Amino acid sequence: MLSYVLRRCLGAIPTLFVIVTLAFFMMRIAPGGPFSLERPLNPDILENINRAFNLDKPVWQQYLLYLGGLLQGDLGPSFTKRDFSVNDLFATGLPVSVQIGGLAILLALLIGTTLGALAALKQNSWVDYLVVGTATFGITIPPFVVAPILSLIFGVWMGWLPAGGWGNGAIQNKILPVATLALPQIAIIARLTRGATIEALRSNHVRTARAYGLPNRTVLVVHTLRAAILPVVSYLGPTAAALLTGSVVVETIFGIPGIGRYFVQGALGRDYTLVMGTVVVIAVFTVIFNLIVDIIYALLDPRVRYD
Amino acid sequence: MTDHLVIDPKEELAGGLSPVAGRSLWQDAWRRLRRNKAAVASAVVLVLLAGLGIVGPFFASHPYDRIYPQYVRVPASFEAYPKEDAIVPAFESAVARSRVTKGAVEVDASSVRMPISSDKPLDPRITRYVDRSDLFENARIEDLSADGRSGTMVADVDRVRFVFGTDSNGRDLFARIMVGIRISLAIGVLASVMSLVLGVSYGAVAGYLGGRVDGVMMRVVDVLYSLPFIFFVILLVVFFGRSFVLIFIAIGCTEWLDMSRIVRGQTLSIKRQEYVQAAEALGASSPAILRRHIIPNTLGPVVVYVTLLVPKAILLESLLSFLGLGVQEPLTSLGLLISEGAANIGGATWLLVYPAITLTAILFALNFLGDGLRDALDPKDR
Amino acid sequence: MSESEAILQVRDLHVGFRTDDGPVEAVRGIDLDVRRGETLAIVGESGSGKSQAMMALMGLLAKNGTALGSALYRGTELIGLPERKLNAIRGARITMIFQEPMTSLDPLYRIGRQMAEPLIYHRGISGREARPRVLELLRLVGIPDPERRIDAYPHELSGGQRQRVMIGMALANDPDILIADEPTTALDVTVQAQILTLLADLQKRLGMAIVFITHDLNIVRRFATRVAVMRRGVVVEEGEAGALFAAPRHPYTQMLLASEPTGTKAPADESTAPLLEGRDVAVTFKLGGGFLEGPAVDLKAVDRISIALHKGQTIGIVGESGSGKSTLGRALLRLLPSEGSLRFMGKDISNADRDAMRPLRKGLQMVFQDPFGSLSPRMTVGQIVGEGLLIHEPHLSRKERDARVVDAISEVGLEPSARNRYPHEFSGGQRQRIAIARAMILKPRVVVLDEPTSALDRSVQKQIVELLKRLQADNDLSYLFISHDLAVVRAMADHVIVMQRGRIVEEGPTEAIFASPREDYTRTLMAAAIDQRPFREARVA
Repeated sequence: MLSYVLRRCLGAIPTLFVIVTLAFFMMRIAPGGPFSLERPLNPDILENINRAFNLDKPVWQQYLLYLGGLLQGDLGPSFTKRDFSVNDLFATGLPVSVQIGGLAILLALLIGTTLGALAALKQNSWVDYLVVGTATFGITIPPFVVAPILSLIFGVWMGWLPAGGWGNGAIQNKILPVATLALPQIAIIARLTRGATIEALRSNHVRTARAYGLPNRTVLVVHTLRAAILPVVSYLGPTAAALLTGSVVVETIFGIPGIGRYFVQGALGRDYTLVMGTVVVIAVFTVIFNLIVDIIYALLDPRVRYD
Repeated sequence: MTDHLVIDPKEELAGGLSPVAGRSLWQDAWRRLRRNKAAVASAVVLVLLAGLGIVGPFFASHPYDRIYPQYVRVPASFEAYPKEDAIVPAFESAVARSRVTKGAVEVDASSVRMPISSDKPLDPRITRYVDRSDLFENARIEDLSADGRSGTMVADVDRVRFVFGTDSNGRDLFARIMVGIRISLAIGVLASVMSLVLGVSYGAVAGYLGGRVDGVMMRVVDVLYSLPFIFFVILLVVFFGRSFVLIFIAIGCTEWLDMSRIVRGQTLSIKRQEYVQAAEALGASSPAILRRHIIPNTLGPVVVYVTLLVPKAILLESLLSFLGLGVQEPLTSLGLLISEGAANIGGATWLLVYPAITLTAILFALNFLGDGLRDALDPKDR
Repeated sequence: MSESEAILQVRDLHVGFRTDDGPVEAVRGIDLDVRRGETLAIVGESGSGKSQAMMALMGLLAKNGTALGSALYRGTELIGLPERKLNAIRGARITMIFQEPMTSLDPLYRIGRQMAEPLIYHRGISGREARPRVLELLRLVGIPDPERRIDAYPHELSGGQRQRVMIGMALANDPDILIADEPTTALDVTVQAQILTLLADLQKRLGMAIVFITHDLNIVRRFATRVAVMRRGVVVEEGEAGALFAAPRHPYTQMLLASEPTGTKAPADESTAPLLEGRDVAVTFKLGGGFLEGPAVDLKAVDRISIALHKGQTIGIVGESGSGKSTLGRALLRLLPSEGSLRFMGKDISNADRDAMRPLRKGLQMVFQDPFGSLSPRMTVGQIVGEGLLIHEPHLSRKERDARVVDAISEVGLEPSARNRYPHEFSGGQRQRIAIARAMILKPRVVVLDEPTSALDRSVQKQIVELLKRLQADNDLSYLFISHDLAVVRAMADHVIVMQRGRIVEEGPTEAIFASPREDYTRTLMAAAIDQRPFREARVA
């Protein structure tokens, strides 16, 4: 197992390298630079800034410098938020995004699998229809609709929760963003679980278990749900990576200081290092979570072996 | 049930069943789809909304980009603006300046009238007091009595209806929603068609050729996959400026990745089917096998995926618009309308509610239709 | 038939299913008795309702199925029995093994744990207490090295071993009745013989009754004491096995018995040059060897085989799955890359690529095993049959092509109107006729038949065999007939090649091979197909 993990990590390096390279040069192809957008700067100052940020060097040299920094874990200075390095920005933003995203995933996993399994067991009953209907609702309504509506209802009309803001991480400030993020995931996980459970219930080995007089509960818990959770586990890999690295919509609407906003802000402002940093963080999270998912999968399903 | 097939030795020899033409799998699926009420209802809703989006703006009473500076952010109402309780006092005060004796004000669809009288003959110039108000125009005195001392002051009022209210620039929300439907659906469909063509051909070729070619082609997809969607869009937007065409190309360019994976998986399993080997044994060329055997048999899952892709594309477009990277003013889309609505949530809830309902309805209908299609094309799923 | 002996009495059992196309009645009122210690075979072709009847009394019908009537097990009514009470009987008193050994066990748990479950729930003992009994059962069903295998996962066992595990599980609580639903259909013939011998042996030692559901009359003959023949949900004939085989009363039973393939084929003239010839043909598959996966392993699927097929000849290639017989067939048609030399009609095709092969394909055709997988589901029968004409005779007009399609379809015994229909509207045998028409329309010289009858019911099998023989006689065809079923091979081929692990084990004229097989392997294959001795006596070592 350990050697497998090592091999997987090594295998991810070329992928990461390609992504970083691609992103780096694509950003540089885009017209305009970090300091050419707003009011033109004094040419002397511009030159100074360019020199300070190594922007006066040829692109390939900048690339090598960036790669060198990256290898030492240095994501470089931010061009637009000039008092901060990208590392500083992520050091404060990432924990916020991870908190919100992590809570949302836990919530979605808990509620989604329960609802999905319930619907599958009561297939074609009102419970099933209710869950499937609600899940379709959850998948359909985009977060940028849910977020303002939740904020309108609970923040403005009822006044129970703050309509936005981070409040230094107070619980009541987290409720609405987490709910907004979790809602579609609950829906998707419920649907996945339902489908997989129905399929597992129809499988031959469940028929065997029933033919041997095992009690219903054992048939369900032991022989059905373990198989049914497998597709959910596969789904969780990329999803967890996406949620933990922040959602631009939720962070914008609720005014949360996570890192989800940095990508769009950075790209629009040609903040090369900020954009690159975001790309790197997302890619690393994706690699890590796919690995975790594969390991969990192997623990659950003995047919999958990595030694 | 394992014993699904009834093989009877006598039927074996007879060969024919009934002489009519056969029923293809597509026809079977169509029959099943028509029995699915939710799917049929969704299709009807979609056709109605699409009709509204396509022809609606031609018949609308307001152009979607016309600004009514006097009606900024008026709430949704079936009553026409200006309202009667705004007209009456305004008219009365205007008429009052001419120091005539006023009668009762009457308001109808396009004009306002009031009997007036005076102890002197009425001066026709008093209409000027009425015209001076923004609300009224073409004021005139009608039914002037023989002695010229009494008559009716009449003025035209430009009364307009905003069933869904107006936005913060004073534009009719209903007209804007109709345009939004048009743009959103068009982007959804065009992006889906684009990812369909790209994804099916790429996936089918990779899956059919297999081996090293497949490996390289799928590695490319993997790498593209790990770049965030917004990355592409922003780059494209930066290069070519914001435009309608660009947005659906950008969405199509990202969504074909999923499609190509699905088609490749399908192709890999179809390739192992004996009918493909049979075609190879007949000496069919690779393009012929792809065209006659592989692509038609991947279409089932592809059709299902496309119906789920359209709402996805619409959502992405809305997201882009929400982030300010989508279509540009005065053109609009549902996503843009929603983001404006979200910004005005404190004072003008209708700006969020109506576009949100419309978008949700479209997405709902598409999702139900997609589910119905999946059940119809893959009946063992029940 | 004294009632007191019967431990299970089925009376007027009906099983119905609600389907999209209206209700379907799979079982329409059957009566059956199972007596203590006997072996009752329920025989029928697919769709006869034989499995569903047993599923019904085990309470295992699909959700859309309902059972009516009565099934008394030692005085307890099973039909409509609440699940909790039924659970006390099934798995303890009545147990069942299934057709699909690959999927009948839960892939996520070790076999020891699964085998212990019936013990835990019916005897109320702990998993640890159950372990010695599980080991004993594994030994009983002949699993080698049970102390190690008890901790194996199902995917680590072969199909035969999994079926042994299932049998062990079925015997865990010393049942009264063991229902075996086609337990050997999915297994290779040699494994099949081992499993049946094991079952017969265990029955003799433990004394439970066996209800054996099968379509294979030869197994029934060798295995059962009593037989019930089912057709379209009804028992058409029931009786002692010996009497029933000696003098079947119902025409359907007579037809089934007569559907054993018969006849032989006269040897072909081998003096002329062979039509298709392969020398030292070898096919190697590379397994694994991807990025970071370690070195690739070579698998020799076909290991230097020489073969010569003459005009009008049928060579039967027999062997179990994995013996390389299908790979050889495909290699000879150059559908797979191979080493060695190949000649077709005097022309060297050893290294011919796809383009070079295309004109020759007209003369080299193939019919596949699976009548469901070999016809493209989205094309009409006319398009399927006519596809070869599009490739090889593109000059034909649409009308001419249609005429040729009609000829070909009629030749295989289907009505011309069939060409407007889609494959899913036909039964298995009809589809196989369509597949044959697709090959025959090109007037080929050599046809490779890859298990063309294996997926079909016996009675249909015979019709297809006869059709193939007629087509051969009419058109002077040469066949390469690939099969694991020696009974069919004997009726079809004049020369037999026996293959095992990619090599030829034995080869010769059909008569000679059947009269005096030299190799044990050949004898085992023959026993599975045509031996009529009961399994109790014919113990395979």
